[in-house]
Amino acid sequence: MAHSQPGAGGLHSLPALLQRNARDHASAPAYREKEFGIWQCWTWAEGEKEIEALALGLINLGVNEGDFIAIAGRNRPYLYWSMVAAQSVGAIPVPVYQDAVAEEMAYVLGHCGARFIIAGDQEQADKVIEIQDQLHQFEHLIYLDARGMRKYDHTQLHEFAHIQDQGRAAHDELIGELERRRAKLTYDSTCVMLYTSGTTGKPKGVVLSNRNVVETAKNSAAFDKLSRDENILSYLPMAWVGDFIFSIGQAYWCGFCTNCPESADTMMTDLREIGPSYFFAPPRVFEGQLTNVMIRMEDAGKLKRRMFHHFMAHAKKVGGRILDGEPVGLMDRLKYALGDLLVYGPLKDTLGYGKIRVGYTAGEAIGPEIFDFYRSLGINLKQLYGQTEATVFITLQPDGQVRADTVGVPAPEVEVKIADNGEIFYRSPGTFIEYYKNADSTAGTKDAEGWVATGDAGFFEKDSGHLRIIDRAKDVGKMASGAMFAPKFVENKLKFFPDILEVVVFGNGMDRCTAFINIDLNAVGNWAERNNIAYASYQELAGHPKVLASIQSHVEEVNRSVAADDMLSGCQIHRFVVLHKELDADDGEMTRTRKVRRVVIEDKYADIIAALYDGSAEISTTTEVTYEDGRKGSISATLDIRDAAVVQAASHKVAAE
Amino acid sequence: MLDDSDSYVTEDGRTIGGVVMEMQNITLRFGGVVAISDISFDIREGEIRAIIGPNGAGKSSMLNVISGFYVPQEGRVMYRGQPRPQMRPYEVARQGIARTFQNIALFEGMSVLDNVMTGRLNHMKASVFQQALWRGKAEAEETENREAVEKIIDFLEIQHIRKTPVSRLPYGLKKRVELARALAAEPSLLLLDEPMAGMNVEEKEDMSRFILDVNDEFGTTIALIEHDMGVVMDLSDRVVVMDYGRKIGDGTPDEVRNNQDVIDAYLGVSHD
Repeated sequence: MAHSQPGAGGLHSLPALLQRNARDHASAPAYREKEFGIWQCWTWAEGEKEIEALALGLINLGVNEGDFIAIAGRNRPYLYWSMVAAQSVGAIPVPVYQDAVAEEMAYVLGHCGARFIIAGDQEQADKVIEIQDQLHQFEHLIYLDARGMRKYDHTQLHEFAHIQDQGRAAHDELIGELERRRAKLTYDSTCVMLYTSGTTGKPKGVVLSNRNVVETAKNSAAFDKLSRDENILSYLPMAWVGDFIFSIGQAYWCGFCTNCPESADTMMTDLREIGPSYFFAPPRVFEGQLTNVMIRMEDAGKLKRRMFHHFMAHAKKVGGRILDGEPVGLMDRLKYALGDLLVYGPLKDTLGYGKIRVGYTAGEAIGPEIFDFYRSLGINLKQLYGQTEATVFITLQPDGQVRADTVGVPAPEVEVKIADNGEIFYRSPGTFIEYYKNADSTAGTKDAEGWVATGDAGFFEKDSGHLRIIDRAKDVGKMASGAMFAPKFVENKLKFFPDILEVVVFGNGMDRCTAFINIDLNAVGNWAERNNIAYASYQELAGHPKVLASIQSHVEEVNRSVAADDMLSGCQIHRFVVLHKELDADDGEMTRTRKVRRVVIEDKYADIIAALYDGSAEISTTTEVTYEDGRKGSISATLDIRDAAVVQAASHKVAAE
Repeated sequence: MLDDSDSYVTEDGRTIGGVVMEMQNITLRFGGVVAISDISFDIREGEIRAIIGPNGAGKSSMLNVISGFYVPQEGRVMYRGQPRPQMRPYEVARQGIARTFQNIALFEGMSVLDNVMTGRLNHMKASVFQQALWRGKAEAEETENREAVEKIIDFLEIQHIRKTPVSRLPYGLKKRVELARALAAEPSLLLLDEPMAGMNVEEKEDMSRFILDVNDEFGTTIALIEHDMGVVMDLSDRVVVMDYGRKIGDGTPDEVRNNQDVIDAYLGVSHD
């Protein structure tokens, strides 16, 4: 890489990288956002000016070094600027999840004691106003979109553009102060504080230094040979560490362009228009897109459908191998090229993956069929394993060594070791500084030598040296018979069916496993439409006998596949129930990053779990639900409990052919 | 009592100006049926004015009188201090009055964007030929109008359906598109005919939000007809209540709520 070494060139903070980019790539695009139907663009030089104006405005407003500035809203260039502006004035940006309800926000804002909040719109501002009595340190709120807020009391509210205007007006007076503060930033100063999603308990504030972020960005960019010509679409929550690293860390290190969608609903259209070269998505997005493609193909004409299935079968055979650079026969290659012309190319364009060079998925296991589908199309989709405390990267898959069931080799400069109980530990330049105001948790997670416990269990495969994750160490248990219980293993197998959205498997300490299942309203709704099945609500569709029958056949299919695994054959699902509501983060059943909170679910649905084990054929239950605006209501339902056929653990040996 | 030209500031800080439109002793008959009998009320600049009443009370007829579609047999309509002559619909539109319909009247086969663009018709000066040939001021005009339309699309949060044909949209969204088209005309008086009819609670809340935001952001005067009492009471500055073609109440939501005639009309009263 042509860039000078950090330290030597003084590139030890994001504001410093910004200055370099504004100088070296002044006219290259830094930010784009679709607004009013057009992609608006800012070059690095323009971006730097905007950030400077905001930084001056923040000083003018009274931001001190060491203050926390919370940032809440959807991905917009202005909010990315806010993070860097906050850093420039020596403050610490704290992005918060935009869909957090007021109560959750109150905890985070209270915990870090944010004096300033930068909010995207009225929705975010309303939440802050609602909880401001609990926030003793809160002083000023800056908002982007003034809509609906004209009538508000503006003593503590300020429009983003006005703050910038005030900053520009006070330029001569305050620039000296800004430069002084910027110069004080070192590799050890705090870069950002990110709250973990909190699978168990309250969120913890992870403090990351400039060293964590810049070193990680440098190493990971080199690993995938990222350049300043990349284009990324920034649509994942800004409060999530991944977005911070991709949209700010790597973007600033490499100098590539960050594109923000017009709204959450237009993400797919915007993805197609931008055609990113470097893309990141949780498995959910890839699953959703695949489900969509399959639904649309079923509605397509006969010729198109046959063409699709014919060439997809061929892609499945050779596509992945061509991508991995393995030897493939000439005829197969020619047929693949024809398929690319007729099917794969247009399909990739439709999906927005026409120009993709590196794609990552992480956060959850991705179904091998889904993973292979994208790879067979020639999309270089890879997996990585990481967490907030590691500044994302622990392991990643090098090009050409990509597999669905592993998460790759340790990232550059990351050491990984496996403890005796199977738990994964790592040490890296990205290892977090501490949990803010929580020395106990810090000490419990990071030891004196800098090794961090991930809480996940896994092992390195002998022949390939790739890491394989089994499950969260906490979730892996034993069944009454002593057999190993790994719920995620079974859940993931079930979630690969397009009509199943979410699964929770129970069975720790019990004699058999049972499961909660959520249907995917998109897929099942479309199926219902095509089969003339009328339904009035999610609840009714979820309880439809035909839906239950099809889910049952999936469960039984998975049972057969689970039975084939010697270690985990005890995890077959004996009984299951299709839930009457979707598991939701607003109800605390999932984290904001959509990970299941088992303890909460076990507690909340104790009656249904009891019914799964006592043999009853149905259960009447009432569940409290929280609406988006925080109001509560309840829904009652009578749910069928189904028995699924299980395979005797030993029988698979005889059953084979 | 306020004078016609007086203005006042509401509790939530909006300024309500003088009278824009005044109905003076309006009576409307269809043959022998008296749809509206001797009704008078006014609409002030910047306010949200609701007309409510049970089914068949004559609300839609009243809105059609305001919009100039029906000409009353008796009484007159004063608009900005002038008695309003009989006008063709396009002349009404030019006066700065736009409306939505109870039974959505969009071009089903056209995209949302094109539908909303039709609302800009009054702002296009280029001739048919210039537009067809993309000559003269047509191009600059199109850009200008598209920008105005995009701002409305952004305002009503319908970016994701910009290119979707209207026929494929659910009912609630169609209503929003209709509002977008009305707003595209940049009206000074906006007439909404049952904007929440047939909507679920969530859609109603969204629509209420948009109506308030339109009034707040653009200062548009809004006259609306609505069935749902709860919605009306929360939204409006002043309410006219009609029953059997007569006016039985007029005032702030609180005044109307406590009016005995209104309570009788809504809850029913024994006629003995």
